Amino acid sequence: MKASLAGWLELLRPGDYVILAAALTACVASALVLWRGGAPEKAVVRAGGKVFAELALTRAQSVEVPGPLGTTRIEIQPGRARVASDPGPRQYCVRQGWLTRAGSVAICAPNQVSLSLSGGVAEYDSLNY
Amino acid sequence: MTPSTIEILPTDDDRRIARLAAAAIALSVAEAAIPLPLPGVKPGLGNIVILIVLLRWGWRDAVWVGLLRVFASSLLLGQLFAPGFFLSLSGSVVSLAVLGLAKHLPRRWFGPVSLSVFAAFAHIGGQLAVARLWLVPHNGVFYLVPVFAVAATLFGLINGLVAAKMLVRLGPLTSPDA
Repeated sequence: MKASLAGWLELLRPGDYVILAAALTACVASALVLWRGGAPEKAVVRAGGKVFAELALTRAQSVEVPGPLGTTRIEIQPGRARVASDPGPRQYCVRQGWLTRAGSVAICAPNQVSLSLSGGVAEYDSLNY
Repeated sequence: MTPSTIEILPTDDDRRIARLAAAAIALSVAEAAIPLPLPGVKPGLGNIVILIVLLRWGWRDAVWVGLLRVFASSLLLGQLFAPGFFLSLSGSVVSLAVLGLAKHLPRRWFGPVSLSVFAAFAHIGGQLAVARLWLVPHNGVFYLVPVFAVAATLFGLINGLVAAKMLVRLGPLTSPDA
């Protein structure tokens, strides 16, 4: 087995290794470039239909958004964001948990607050699980 | 029965090209029986023959064999003038053009494997161009590029090694016109 493998390897010339390395680099590079879509760049917070804040997803922070029912607290961490607490009765937006992909939205309808992630190529209008 | 007034005399060149094309066609048809997970990803075994023809008999013969293979194998598979045929044709045309340039690389440093990898990448390039411009006019086709690139690298290597081994077995060039 070892001898036969060596038999195949001696068919390769020095330039062939260079070409193969270049081909593998092209594979990795194309995957990195083309499969990066969906990484969010910023979080958009809306209150009462108006943009309340646009937050970069680079550092951890917390934003308090006032609404008709009370205060919705939005938590940002590098690369993701969530609605940490909301005064609404059913807590749908809180239970959605962390949003990690561009285009995903958490809507706290009773308090008229929404959190959406934008940036990169948004693959979907909305994501729901 | 009236005897034919036209007599076609095949030359030795014609016979050789026909024989080699038959080998390439057989490999292409056999390969169509292999189940594959994704359309567009296939070993391209016929390219082994194209490489051997290119390195032994030159580019002109490789073009003949390559194009005959595309037409005859799609005719046999019932794919002639179907979308897959045009993908296959564009892949082959681009691949043969690239081989025409790549064969001028110094032989001492670049063997059949280099040519095979170039041909494989040219194949997916030509196919993707037609797919993007005509069949799937949407950038979504490029989402599959990494998969095609990995397949091209892998099958390019394997086909190149097989071609290299067969060239060693076939012995030195008979007509050094390449």
